[in-house]
Amino acid sequence: MIALNHYLVLSGLLFAIGVVGIFLNRKNLIVLLMAIELMLLAVNMNFVAFSHYLNDLAGQLFVFFILTVAAAESGIGLAILVVLFRNLSTIDVDKLDSLKG
Amino acid sequence: MLNNFVMPDLYPAAPELFLATMACVILLVDLFAGPARRWLTGSLTLLTLIGCAAVTFLTFDGTSSLTFANMFIDDPVADFLKFLVCIAVVVVLIYGRDYMAERNLDKGEYYLLVLFATLGMMVMISAYNFLTLYLGLEMMSLSLYAMVAIDRDSPRATEAAMKYFVLGALASGLLLYGMSMIYGATGTLELGLVAQALQDGVANRTIMVFGLVFLVAGIGFKLGVVPFHMWVPDVYHGAPTAVTLFISSAPKLAAFAMALRLLVSGLFGMADQWQTMLMIMAVLSIGIGNLAAIAQQNIKRMLAYSGISHMGFMLLALMSGVVGRETDPMALVNAYSSAMYYSVAYVIMSLGAFGMVLLLSRAGYEAENLEDFKGLNKRSPWFALMMMVIMLSMAGIPFFVGFFAKFTVLLAAVAAEHVVVAVIAVMFSLVGAYYYLRVVKLMYFDAPVDSAPIRASVDMKILLSANGLAVALLGLFPNTLMMLCTATLVRSL
Repeated sequence: MIALNHYLVLSGLLFAIGVVGIFLNRKNLIVLLMAIELMLLAVNMNFVAFSHYLNDLAGQLFVFFILTVAAAESGIGLAILVVLFRNLSTIDVDKLDSLKG
Repeated sequence: MLNNFVMPDLYPAAPELFLATMACVILLVDLFAGPARRWLTGSLTLLTLIGCAAVTFLTFDGTSSLTFANMFIDDPVADFLKFLVCIAVVVVLIYGRDYMAERNLDKGEYYLLVLFATLGMMVMISAYNFLTLYLGLEMMSLSLYAMVAIDRDSPRATEAAMKYFVLGALASGLLLYGMSMIYGATGTLELGLVAQALQDGVANRTIMVFGLVFLVAGIGFKLGVVPFHMWVPDVYHGAPTAVTLFISSAPKLAAFAMALRLLVSGLFGMADQWQTMLMIMAVLSIGIGNLAAIAQQNIKRMLAYSGISHMGFMLLALMSGVVGRETDPMALVNAYSSAMYYSVAYVIMSLGAFGMVLLLSRAGYEAENLEDFKGLNKRSPWFALMMMVIMLSMAGIPFFVGFFAKFTVLLAAVAAEHVVVAVIAVMFSLVGAYYYLRVVKLMYFDAPVDSAPIRASVDMKILLSANGLAVALLGLFPNTLMMLCTATLVRSL
């Protein structure tokens, strides 16, 4: 039997990897989108684990909505990425520095 | 299980349903009308929003009702804020119409994104469950990301959109993580039941605090307060000015509602914890916002930093509700209604300030540097006067609406024994007065760089004048708005 703690630690680690991925990644915007996705999936795992241990379906229901919204979110993110590439001919995070001050 | 479905009461959600239906209708109308009859989409959108404000007003009954299995609450605060959101969006559309048309950006997408963002805000304002709150928030945010990037050929706008998207998604992730922790500790997603679980002491405090930290970080991101403010100046600067106007106005009301619902309706039992967090964010925002604004040459960036400091002031009121462990209902209402008053006042001032930037812009020319305001008095004494009123009000000089907003907030902070924080806030407001007064100086004492006549549609001129006058009149008669805020809040808490 895997205890609730194990799931929470795993999802905490995944979430941390996602957050660190956003801040440390200086090269590629697509990796950044993947990091965002990882964060949301870590949250999903949290919800499912809690939902199972609480014997309450609301948490699993929430997961469906998060999955749907995450799909819409990557849709918008990739659309912005395509437009950005057309304008700047790069998806390098370091090149996003024209707005400063 | 399947047979006990009960049709929810749709009446409390009438404004949202109206808006959602009309948004779908406009989607079709825009498709069939084509580019030749683009005015149709624009006018229908305006009518829808005015209609939505009317529906909100007509279904107002001064009581709180829950519907959709307690996921949705319709209370006086929600009605009041929704009404203001609709009005603010109407003003945004009228101010931005010429700007978007001159740049060929006023396509159907723009109007529909505005409608869906408004719908998201209204759902957010009425949310009584983490799920509805999240869905409303995402509906608003996703529409806003797309709106920032609506000028597809501008590298600056797309860069701003990308930054907004990444940081916004990060904020949603933090907020969700916090929600999942609170769900785990309390076993419910409903705000009222979360509060109940806290009161009964059945929730694990450690997990709750852990969740609360993430939740407050998410709220901080959406409000744009230090240390989660990185996106604000870049997005305000990069986005087309009409979109900046939108982002800086109505969503602030929705974010205020979100903070109020989550922290006061849901996690009130942890007020002593979140008040400390809000205090740190408020002091940092007021300080850094005002200091960074001084260095700006771009007025959109300057107003962005000023917005950060204003949101800090709003948090200052939000953290003054509970003193120690005592809950005094009067102090509570005073603090939260002054936070609400501040948000409303900020939205009115922000509409005016960005409206003025739009007024000076024209086809192929962005009046976004402070220099563009030089000698405005010679070009148009009336609008120079309006801009001066708005700037003085933002600086918090008596007797404009911004002064009373700051005054009530400081009063609430002092009443909650946060005297040191209040003094710091006043000091930084004095620093802030410098950059607001600099705009006034540029308008009245410098020679105009650009002497093109100011051209704008009549309705925009009238509305902008009304906006400036509202800032002045609400300052002279501050009680009306304050009483509205207090009365709605008393009936909702």
